[in-house]
Amino acid sequence: MASILAVDDSASMRQMVSFTLKGAGYTVVEAVDGVDALNKAKTQKFDCVVTDVNMPNKDGITLIKDLRALPNYKFIPMLMLTTESGMDKKQAGKAAGATGWIVKPFNPDQLLKTIKKVLG
Amino acid sequence: MSIDMAQFHQVFFEESFEGLDIMETGLLNLDMGDVDAEDINTIFRAAHSIKGGSGTFGFTAVSDFTHVMETLLDEMRDGRRQVTQVAVDVLLGSVDCLKEMLTAIQDEQEVDVASVNEYKKALEVELNGEQANEATTTVEAVVEPTQLINSAGSGWSIAFSPHADLLKTGNDPVRMFRELAELGQLTSVVDFQGVPDFYDLDPEDCHLSWNLEIVGDIPSTDVDDIFDWVEDSCDLAIQALKQQNFPSVENETETTLVETNKQAVVEDTNPTANPIVDKPKSTKKEPSKPAAKGSSSIRVDTGKIDTLINMVGELVITQSMLSLVGEHFELNKLDQLKNGLSQLERHTRELQESVMNIRMLPISFVFSRFPRLVHDLSTKLDKKIELVMVGENTEVDKTVVELLSDPLVHLVRNSLDHGIEMPADRIAAGKPEMGTITLEAYHRGGNIVIEVRDDGKGLNKDVLKAKAIEKGLIDADANLTDKQAYELIFMAGFSTAEKLTDVSGRGVGMDVVRRNIQSLGGNIEIISELGKGSTIAIHLPLTLAILDGQSIAVGDERFIIPLGAIIESINIKESMVNRVAGKGETFRLRDEYLPIVRMHEIFNVKNAQATKLTEGLVVVVDGQGMRCGLFIDDLLGQQQVVIKSLEANYRKVEGVSGATILGDGSVALILDIPGLVRLSNQ
Repeated sequence: MASILAVDDSASMRQMVSFTLKGAGYTVVEAVDGVDALNKAKTQKFDCVVTDVNMPNKDGITLIKDLRALPNYKFIPMLMLTTESGMDKKQAGKAAGATGWIVKPFNPDQLLKTIKKVLG
Repeated sequence: MSIDMAQFHQVFFEESFEGLDIMETGLLNLDMGDVDAEDINTIFRAAHSIKGGSGTFGFTAVSDFTHVMETLLDEMRDGRRQVTQVAVDVLLGSVDCLKEMLTAIQDEQEVDVASVNEYKKALEVELNGEQANEATTTVEAVVEPTQLINSAGSGWSIAFSPHADLLKTGNDPVRMFRELAELGQLTSVVDFQGVPDFYDLDPEDCHLSWNLEIVGDIPSTDVDDIFDWVEDSCDLAIQALKQQNFPSVENETETTLVETNKQAVVEDTNPTANPIVDKPKSTKKEPSKPAAKGSSSIRVDTGKIDTLINMVGELVITQSMLSLVGEHFELNKLDQLKNGLSQLERHTRELQESVMNIRMLPISFVFSRFPRLVHDLSTKLDKKIELVMVGENTEVDKTVVELLSDPLVHLVRNSLDHGIEMPADRIAAGKPEMGTITLEAYHRGGNIVIEVRDDGKGLNKDVLKAKAIEKGLIDADANLTDKQAYELIFMAGFSTAEKLTDVSGRGVGMDVVRRNIQSLGGNIEIISELGKGSTIAIHLPLTLAILDGQSIAVGDERFIIPLGAIIESINIKESMVNRVAGKGETFRLRDEYLPIVRMHEIFNVKNAQATKLTEGLVVVVDGQGMRCGLFIDDLLGQQQVVIKSLEANYRKVEGVSGATILGDGSVALILDIPGLVRLSNQ
């Protein structure tokens, strides 16, 4: 089963995302911010990245940009978790190489559906 | 798939409260003249996280409220809005409001809507100015997902030509076609014209484009949603198919992309609206099953857990070594056995220490609320006060941390209100205009000491005395030392009444503070110098779960005396004893007469070995400054004991603070020394 890197500085969101995806059979590795995520992505190849946008140390958009520069992550789906108000964030995310977004608030079903969509 | 979201609520509440603390600290530290964008960003991020989490976990009221805060903070962050003291105060108020909301939700209480609306209005006034506030009372107009259903019911024709870099965003046309195929009957015609010569071909670029036709009664939003992510990375034209213009399915050049086997992956059947833009419709959606009430949890540094796991590992090795020795035991293995047992003892002790360590929290958990308190109160009192905190990382048991908060608040309030003088008075006294209150925590022996220091006017012995006489607490001719005079403020009835300010006088006197501290097994002392300031020091045991005890024997019974309470143990001679009719026995120790408490009488032990005072031992103990002698049979060993509550299992017993289980399995009562001293004085 596909492996997913779940990045969020909020423990409750991270747990929710991770629990949901694990429940669906995915292998999930959690990261607490962009720096942590980038380090983890370098040691293991993930099939998909789901990241929060607003995080300390390294935000989600910079993370996506940095990941896209790695040969292993050129074509990997990367989704951002963003609030509905962040239309400009979506544009910035797309420019950085994000595949798409999941709008907060979302529920586990919506998350799974989107993940299944990108992972086929 | 349904997931019980309630399981994440506890973590959400914890991180939200942490976030609120971060916001509060950040707001208090903002320097109006020179605002650092990163500081605002930190505050913004905390608000943002709470908003995202509360929305996801169904606390709509919280997310709506935070949304307004976030908007305000966002404008400050981008420099579109000046950071003013008024705005900061409004935000601080909002932090309080959010705390109340979250606490109410956590406790399954009703949220005080009126007060929330008041705060929200204040935020909106700050955000939009006075005139605009009426219009925006419902902040986030919930946009219902509009059902732009194409009722023609025929279908859509889509011209889709991706830009070369589409694949590099992780988007895959095949995936999108698969999704389309789920909506209706899909035909696709691929256009190869854009494919360059082999030598010019970049395999990472997308060179194809497609003409798609999808037939069925499909809402346009469903089609739009599929292309939502790639709008900017392709040329896209979507047109409604005309009824009569059904595509022929048997077109020669088409590729049918209905992959039935892949369809199984997506469980959901035709969604009528994109779930992702679907917003919660009910504004008052309560959590279906809120987090368990009163469940308390603790955050532990992973290093501590690692140590614990290491310790357990060691213990397992020792245990297996011992069982090996025990399997075929012969006397020549005695040394091995002894070694093993001493190892076991060491590991058990280390294990105990590291487990206790897990319960230890830095005192900053309590200290962190004080900057706000001092800020608010000094503004209110028109005093200039700087708060200095030292030793915030000093660790103390979680229970102590929780119970320490209220007494400390009281002490700091007192210092602010009664200790520090008004700026003008300070200048007149030759002191700096700005007063200082210092909160300091440090370890001393097995205790943690917390000091509240101020450089205010100090306690005036004569004023204290006069007030005590006026209240009838002491005789008019009482001769008091400084220390005794300071002790007056701990007397019940001393600090209440007369000057009921809303700052310190809340009807709770220092007597209650002292009682709270004593109930934690600690004590409180005052050092003060007139005109220079006062220091109030709280001494507390590091943990309430384990006690260093001295076990004693009275007949067949074993009791534990807290080691810290013992001053000395002596054999007394008949000549030292003094019997006062109706007042019991006392004995003279150097220059002092101390009451004797006969343990076998108080606890009704039948077979005590010593009944005559000269036969047994007298242990001199100190309970809150009062001393007495406990008459016992014998002293046994010293040991650490785990305190078990007697009240929880039986009921409160005078003179006993708890019980413990000894090595041989028997139960020993732990003596409540202050209680016994009180008993002896009755």
